[in-house]
Amino acid sequence: MKSRKAKSGAAVLIALCLALAGCGTDNNKAASTDEAAQTTDSASSSSGGEIKVGILHSLSGTMAISEVSVKDSEMMAIDEINAKGGVLGKKIVPVVEDGASDWPTFAEKARKLISEDKVATVFGGWTSSSRKAMLPVFEELKGLLWYPVQYEGLEQSPYIMYTGATTNQQIVPAVSWLLQNKGKKFFLLGSDYVFPRTANKIIKEQLKVEGGELAGEEYTPLGHTDYATVIAKIKEAKPDVVFNTLNGDSNVAFFKQLKDAGITSKDLTTLSVSVAEEEIRGIGTDVLAGTYAAWNYYQTTDTPANKTFVENYKKKYGEDRVTADPIEAGYDAVYLWAAAVEKAGSTDVEKVKNAAKGLEWDAPEGKVKIDGDTQHLYKTVRIGEVQTDGQFKEVWNSGDPVKPDPFLKGYTWAASLSEGK
Amino acid sequence: MDVVVLQLFNGISVSSILLLIALGLSITFGLMKVINMAHGELIMIGAYTAYVVQNLFTSYMPASLFGWYFVLAIPASFIVAFLFGLVLEMGLIRFLYGRPLDSLLATWGVGLMLQQIARSIFGAPNVGVTSPEWLNGGMTVLGDVVLPYKRLFILGLVLVCLFLMYVYIYRSHSGRRMRAVMQNREMAACLGISTRRVDAVTFAIGSGIAGIAGCALTLIGPIGPSIGTYYIVDAFMVVVLGGVGKLVGTVFGAVGIGLSNTLFEYWTTASLGKVLVFLCIVAFLQWKPSGLVAMRSRSLDN
Repeated sequence: MKSRKAKSGAAVLIALCLALAGCGTDNNKAASTDEAAQTTDSASSSSGGEIKVGILHSLSGTMAISEVSVKDSEMMAIDEINAKGGVLGKKIVPVVEDGASDWPTFAEKARKLISEDKVATVFGGWTSSSRKAMLPVFEELKGLLWYPVQYEGLEQSPYIMYTGATTNQQIVPAVSWLLQNKGKKFFLLGSDYVFPRTANKIIKEQLKVEGGELAGEEYTPLGHTDYATVIAKIKEAKPDVVFNTLNGDSNVAFFKQLKDAGITSKDLTTLSVSVAEEEIRGIGTDVLAGTYAAWNYYQTTDTPANKTFVENYKKKYGEDRVTADPIEAGYDAVYLWAAAVEKAGSTDVEKVKNAAKGLEWDAPEGKVKIDGDTQHLYKTVRIGEVQTDGQFKEVWNSGDPVKPDPFLKGYTWAASLSEGK
Repeated sequence: MDVVVLQLFNGISVSSILLLIALGLSITFGLMKVINMAHGELIMIGAYTAYVVQNLFTSYMPASLFGWYFVLAIPASFIVAFLFGLVLEMGLIRFLYGRPLDSLLATWGVGLMLQQIARSIFGAPNVGVTSPEWLNGGMTVLGDVVLPYKRLFILGLVLVCLFLMYVYIYRSHSGRRMRAVMQNREMAACLGISTRRVDAVTFAIGSGIAGIAGCALTLIGPIGPSIGTYYIVDAFMVVVLGGVGKLVGTVFGAVGIGLSNTLFEYWTTASLGKVLVFLCIVAFLQWKPSGLVAMRSRSLDN
């Protein structure tokens, strides 16, 4: 059992508080925290009837467009759990911090949450860059991060729980589906940063093996707004499929300008991995209808849990709000953490991690299960087509939840990818 | 051949967009020497005004008139951004003339505040503006080359703005007063021109044009709280390259950057293309520090 040095400070504080207040409501506990303070043994961040958890998303800056909603769903999950009596009989108290779309800020705030606020766990992050910035902090301070967004795989930190999809639960099956149903010639378009580049490296290997053909590959800087030239290149390359890993606002510019250039979804199949219900509203259904996306969850996913989830979310934040994959993954993360804490009987990171192994939960997306080895989730893959009302119609799903395989060990063609890392 | 024509058109189109976002700045920065970092946010205000006008049309007007909302959105964006500019000048910029670093920091702060205000009012996610039906699609020339109507429309809009600005600055009484104040403030004041009022109106007009740019950009780009940050660097680049203080310099600057950017991007990639453009600009400014069109004036050597 590893100790949490950082928590010893909290224990001292708690012990002091208890001593000062002179309220010996729980003498055993005071004694045990005292002991913890001395031996830096497992201490919990519970003070009295509260458990603090951190929520760390970009509430300002360019990523706020996506991350604010994830924060909302995490807060909703916390409220729901509290309404049912909390965890271990204690209320969950969220400490919300703003990562401000700035990666060093994420690392700084993560450090603050763990060492100053003494939170039991942190839910946060969106971009891979923010996760990579926070990772060393969580490993150093032995905190636990729940990361709710699909990402490029090839990573496995003992201090991160990945509740979004890894590549074999989103990109790999999507490529196979496109090859079987839409055509062999792929054009890869992405924003110029870690996720699209890694994703495209994987796709290129897969295309080689599964008989696809690479028609072109383009990266644009984050926040790029003029796609005239890229579209001209696409026109020249004449691909069957554009595999779109653009992130954020660039999607709006790309799809609007693609439509203006006279290319419709009938001429060219586009599949996006970063366009969900939220983004559709900002891009406009008139330009997106008929394009595809690969996710594990849609607002239209037909499960009983999803019906209540969507209803509650709309009731809490407004009828016009929509739910989407990362929003749902953030919601799952809070519930899974709470379940693991209940099972462990403690908020200690190591105990929670052990308890989380194999934990199952009926999420809005269907049954999910924490894979103990990789700390990723078993998830069902779903491919959806954008409808004119801004919702997805599911056109294909994987049936059963797919086992996470962040290093693509189950795919022989991917051997060269994980070796390099 | 098709590609050459298409890329040439794309280059001109990118130039026109650059010119549109830089026109307002060529007044506030070029003429008035205010390093206005909130210029991008004035563009954002224009974009959100278009969004609001669209929503008003869907709620209160018959559906058949919806296509015309955009015609109304352009002057509305101008007016709203104009008023913001007026308030900004009278409340803040006025006290910072001749202190470029202070005005840079202050307007940067204003920009951040405006972004956060937009986020509180309209929410953090992007909002959608449905472009009017008559702007959808494009003109097909040479068999295979599609020239989107929206880009043609923006091109036309820029030409109209440019013409109106030219008439205002060089052919009207208030424009003459404006040039007089910018060229020799003391002398103009001695001759009985209210320099304060001229400053306020000039800054407001520059802001208003940024508003029009924002409105036009809703056709092809995203509408969100942070869109200003995407355009601000380009806008400054155009004005600095073109030569501070001359309208015609801004035009040359925009065309130069637009064409070279499209070319480089086509030959290389979007990221590398931008790097090459920056390199060329840096090299050019080493050679000609005052930009493409240098302003010859005695009052500027202070």
